[in-house]
Amino acid sequence: MGKLLVKDKEVVVPGEVIADGMDYLPSFGTYRQNEKIMANRLGLLSVDGKVVKTIAISGRYIPRRNDVIIGRVFDILMSGWRMDINSAYSAVLMMQEASFKFIQKGADLSKFFALDDYVVAKIIRVTSQNLIDLTMKGPGLRKLDGGKIISINTHKVPRVIGKQGSMVSMIKDATGCRITVGQNGLVWINGEPEQESIAVSAIKKIESEAHHPGLTDEIKVFLEKRTGKKIVKAIPQPENKPIFKKPENTGAHNSESVEVPEQKVMRKSQ
Amino acid sequence: MTLKKRPDGRKFDQTRKVEAKAGVIKNADGSGFFKIGNTSAYAAVYGPKELFPRNKQDPKKGLLRCNYNMMPFSGAGDRVRPGPSRRSKEISMVTQKALLPVVDLSNCPNAVVDVFIELTETDAGSRCAGICAASIALADAGITMKDMVSAVSAGIVDNQVLVDLDYQEEAYETGDVADIPVAMIPNTEEITLLQMDGRISKEDFKKALEMVKQPLKDLAEIQRKALKEKYK
Repeated sequence: MGKLLVKDKEVVVPGEVIADGMDYLPSFGTYRQNEKIMANRLGLLSVDGKVVKTIAISGRYIPRRNDVIIGRVFDILMSGWRMDINSAYSAVLMMQEASFKFIQKGADLSKFFALDDYVVAKIIRVTSQNLIDLTMKGPGLRKLDGGKIISINTHKVPRVIGKQGSMVSMIKDATGCRITVGQNGLVWINGEPEQESIAVSAIKKIESEAHHPGLTDEIKVFLEKRTGKKIVKAIPQPENKPIFKKPENTGAHNSESVEVPEQKVMRKSQ
Repeated sequence: MTLKKRPDGRKFDQTRKVEAKAGVIKNADGSGFFKIGNTSAYAAVYGPKELFPRNKQDPKKGLLRCNYNMMPFSGAGDRVRPGPSRRSKEISMVTQKALLPVVDLSNCPNAVVDVFIELTETDAGSRCAGICAASIALADAGITMKDMVSAVSAGIVDNQVLVDLDYQEEAYETGDVADIPVAMIPNTEEITLLQMDGRISKEDFKKALEMVKQPLKDLAEIQRKALKEKYK
């Protein structure tokens, strides 16, 4: 008879025995050695029926299809741009994917995106060798003008966005900043300088306290204190909702980036 | 003549006091600190990241690069000359080979994971402390690895088989002295590092390897606890 040796949602470390016996099945981040299931990375244990897996809580961004990310142009190619996407691999934005408009042959590509420009783009392809193609055709995909970029742990991104975008909308409403959160852990914030710094500290607070239950209320109190304004209610407004909150991802990836169980609602599988 | 009592009063199979921490270097993707007695090691992991020069890239799997370094003030008074030396290059290499059997970098082709090990204080057993710290740091960085790697030295001092020699014991004057750094994957008991300094008989060598197994497993538990502590 198999038994689970670690409780659900607990932190497991490499080499730790999660389950004993053949009753459980190893999934992502686990492996079977003889009768035992062990973790092969640091993460939170997730038990779904008989299937055990670990959800990563640290490490760099792993590019996945349909992720909306923030990238920085670091090279201009013959027919596109090479972007730094805060990952081990760089991504390519091809000319035909860059704009709905027609780009003339031989046009100066730096007129569209110059070096060091930040853009919001979506990943359309990832190959086995981690070659990444981006697109900028889509709602909300755009070049970022002004504002500032901060970087957070990519596994905390779902927490920063919150259930149905509740967390990020609350920060937006409280500070009046425009905020875009990329799945790759880059966050763009644009607003009044003082408000920007409040938004930054709120996001950093979410990042460091991501595992706290009732974090939304904590952040609400924090924002009220810092801005001196009362937050009525953080209702996500559909028309202003950033595109990445749309349920567009596949189920598998979903749970990968979800940090805390109740957030599963954030990106429903199709 | 055999050694009756260890200079610092430890039992023969007892390691020095161990302290381990994860996430000590905020800027790194993962980091670890490991202190055993008066030997302390910091390890920082960066990556996976793009590998340059490109001719070093491997399209099948990522590369693990280790760098071992003793700080100038880390010795027992004499300044350690900074920069790479024959010794530190060798230790970097054996550290990499000790860690490679557990890490799986097949999902990050053409990339590199950099491990930097810095020793702030040394009193023998520095490569073992470095491997322990690096293993914590790699796990903290979210690298796929089937187990931790723990390392400690075994050896013989004056006809007595011991675990975790300190400098005083390593420099013991009477009788044969052997110092054997051992790194092991605790779950499978596979040995990933085995070096030796000095002279030891075959029987004693076997005895030393047997004796060091349990302390190594205990060290792995300390490493795992350190990682869990960070995410509490």
